[in-house]
Amino acid sequence: MRLVAWRRRFPLETHNSALKTHYWSIMDGAEILLESLKQEGCDTLFGISGGAILPIYDALGKQSDIWSILTRHEQGAGHMAEGYARATGRVGLCIGTSGPGATNLVTAITDAFMDSTPTVFLSGQVATPNIGKDAFQECDIFGITMPIVKHSYMIKNTQDIPRIVKEAFHIARTGRPGPVLIDIPKDIGEREFQGAFEYPDSVYLRGYQPEAPAADEQIRAAAQLIAEAKQPILYVGNGVNSVDAADELLAFAEKINCPVTTTLLGRGAFPGGHALALDMLGMHGTAYANWAMHESDLIIALGVRFDDRVTGNPKSWAPNAKVIHVDIDPAELGKIRFAQVPIWGDVKSVLKQFLEVVAPKQHSVWNEKLEKWKADMPLDYEKEGKLKPQFVLQELQKATQGEAIMTTDVGQHQMFAAQYYHPKQTRSFITSGGLGTMGYGYPAAIGAKVGCLQGHRPDADVWCITGDGSFQMNIQELATGVLYDIPVKIAVLNNSSLGMVRQWQKLFYSKRWSGIDLAKCPDFAKVAEAYSATGVTITHEDEVADAIREAQKNPGTVVLNFLTDAEADVYPMIPGGKTVHDMVVDGSGNKIPVGGWAKSHGGNGNGQMEREALETATSGEYAGEWNDDLKAGQLKI
Amino acid sequence: MSNQNGTISNVPAQAPGMEMQNGVPTIVSAAGVNVMSGNEKLHTISILVENRPGVLARVSHVFARRGFNLESLAVSRTEDHTVSRITIVVAGDDEAFKQIGNQLLKLIDVIKVIDHTNDNLVGRELALIKVHVDNAATRAEIQQLAELFRAKIVAVDPTTVMLEVTGKADKVDAVTTMLQQHEILELVRTGLVVLARGEKQT
Ligand SMILES: Cc1ncc(C[n+]2csc(CCOP(=O)(O)OP(=O)(O)O)c2C)c(N)n1
Ligand SMILES: [Mg+2]
Repeated sequence: MRLVAWRRRFPLETHNSALKTHYWSIMDGAEILLESLKQEGCDTLFGISGGAILPIYDALGKQSDIWSILTRHEQGAGHMAEGYARATGRVGLCIGTSGPGATNLVTAITDAFMDSTPTVFLSGQVATPNIGKDAFQECDIFGITMPIVKHSYMIKNTQDIPRIVKEAFHIARTGRPGPVLIDIPKDIGEREFQGAFEYPDSVYLRGYQPEAPAADEQIRAAAQLIAEAKQPILYVGNGVNSVDAADELLAFAEKINCPVTTTLLGRGAFPGGHALALDMLGMHGTAYANWAMHESDLIIALGVRFDDRVTGNPKSWAPNAKVIHVDIDPAELGKIRFAQVPIWGDVKSVLKQFLEVVAPKQHSVWNEKLEKWKADMPLDYEKEGKLKPQFVLQELQKATQGEAIMTTDVGQHQMFAAQYYHPKQTRSFITSGGLGTMGYGYPAAIGAKVGCLQGHRPDADVWCITGDGSFQMNIQELATGVLYDIPVKIAVLNNSSLGMVRQWQKLFYSKRWSGIDLAKCPDFAKVAEAYSATGVTITHEDEVADAIREAQKNPGTVVLNFLTDAEADVYPMIPGGKTVHDMVVDGSGNKIPVGGWAKSHGGNGNGQMEREALETATSGEYAGEWNDDLKAGQLKI
Repeated sequence: MSNQNGTISNVPAQAPGMEMQNGVPTIVSAAGVNVMSGNEKLHTISILVENRPGVLARVSHVFARRGFNLESLAVSRTEDHTVSRITIVVAGDDEAFKQIGNQLLKLIDVIKVIDHTNDNLVGRELALIKVHVDNAATRAEIQQLAELFRAKIVAVDPTTVMLEVTGKADKVDAVTTMLQQHEILELVRTGLVVLARGEKQT
């Protein structure tokens, strides 16, 4: 046990003389809290003050080990903590006052829960004697957040603070990471701490076993399936990024010569552009990734949860494949898809074990087939007309070479970013996957950049790809970014609409537009200027590269307002609840057979004739058909 | 000072009460007879939890969120004052129930989840039933009924009799049905509580 700071660490003279009382030699709850946070290695706290957390802010103001970043909205603070955590692998920390401050954190807590982001949320609470009496700014945040936290605490005794902080951080970062809430009544922070401050070395939580070494027989069983497989595929997700297993994954994929497809949150786990990379799978995944999944005979699923955005209709998804499912959360094993070999363990350790026991393999026939699919059906888009969002992302990819950390908001721009940006490194693609939270991107970018500045990757550029709808959900954080000099480059793919919703109205509701028009308001470049950031509006293709280059050179916050084509929709697409056979790759609505036109029609390799024939036959009918499916309840949107 | 990635020394290698199957933690169960209700099975589970505020809410939320209706619920202290036992009877198919068990195990305050569906158990409910009596004949009839079911008469006054019945749910049901020919004024039942027979721990 370490004995720290029985006496307070600040020289008396530097402080307000009115406060110089005999209490100076004794720590109060707020100081104990901060001391405990420091013991956990916290260097940054995002948040907004208020009545119930005045004691904590008072203590924060008197120290300099923890960088206290004042945000403009608690939701912003929450997403910053998430961005920080995702970029660094450390626990993100944020704080809000009781009542509205705490409820403003709820979206971020849920987001962290859905995406397994290690975070600790501190909420103020009214003083203990007032709890349950509908006191001013009282709200039962402990109760409200029960279903969306990994665990939560309400501190009832100042003496418990060190233990609770220790447990909270342990729970947040181990096993399947997630958010932990600590609710702190005002008087707990004010009360004197009795005795010497001792920070515990260990936790004892008998109901919590976050991980254990994977069972040997399971590793052997997996090795057996891998040895037998002819058309294996690695299906990798956030679980790889969150334990920094990208190196092991690369070594393993190369050793068994196995193609790799990543989920949205798995982007960056496998280097983009690698010969074995099939890019993203699922609803807006590449045709070749979804086809490969469909024809595979073995899925090696690493840190994934067979989400409905990936599987569509899980009953007919990857019908011929056996499954090896590795996950740190045993409740995920077999939850959606039966796994012949479930392995409970962290992906990094399991990959190391695989590397020891699995013999090198070649899958030339399989990989050649996939190569051909990649060449036949690459990501593509209609290039005529107004500036295309896909083009902007291709230019961003060129300018950054995949070396930047990219955060996104939610909508079409998010999918374009996932499709066209190929991060070289793990922890470089930060997006709200599970909850799909508009307003996540920019604060997450600030948090990521702060994590970088705090020593994780000091030189990394951080870009935020956002939409005109999403950006406005937390645009006020421009003040935070500018005032603390946390330079983030923001690319607004501005289609003057809630584009993703518009796309669905186009496809499933016969273009009955409803509630999607954002008009051309506001002028984001002017908004940027109002916050003393740099704002530039771009309307033509030939301005894009220059604007990006200028932004890269600019040391401050830059908003690039790209006025893009509202008709540019996200393809390929497999509608929710549907199968790979329902995939369309462009606005014609033609369903592409698995393997492409050439294969199923025995054509000459490009299938042009068959394609044209089918186009005339089915063109435009999908909207009506999907509309019917929707009414029949077969479409899950 | 940073121990962000530090290891925790005294986390037990395997939490007490955690059962493993293929290296994956799983809820504990054993073989025996099933109780059926319609197409769904009645599952009886014991959940050992930390004796702390909020735990019952966390546990019941796992059921509520998935649309399960609890048939019965009993919470009590155990031989260890830091541990509470929650006994729940719930109807559901095996697959959905397995999900529930897995989700319960994820709660930090849950120490152990035991599925008794197929266990050899002693299970008891207790009911207090207050019946209206206005004549000696009825009183005698109820007394006879009580003897038949080995129920106890625990309170008597000029116009009422109160019975205490202990037993399996069907016995309590039977007594209630018989008493319905009289006027039942009030009735209260505990949830089912269970313990495994013999040395086996529940
Ligand atoms: C907080 C929140 N509200 C609503 C939605 C539903 N939604 C999903 S995408 C989308 C449109 C996003 O618009 P924009 O940010 O402009 O992105 P675009 O699709 O146009 O690229 C909406 C409203 C959401 N995901 N999050
Ligand atoms: Mg938009």
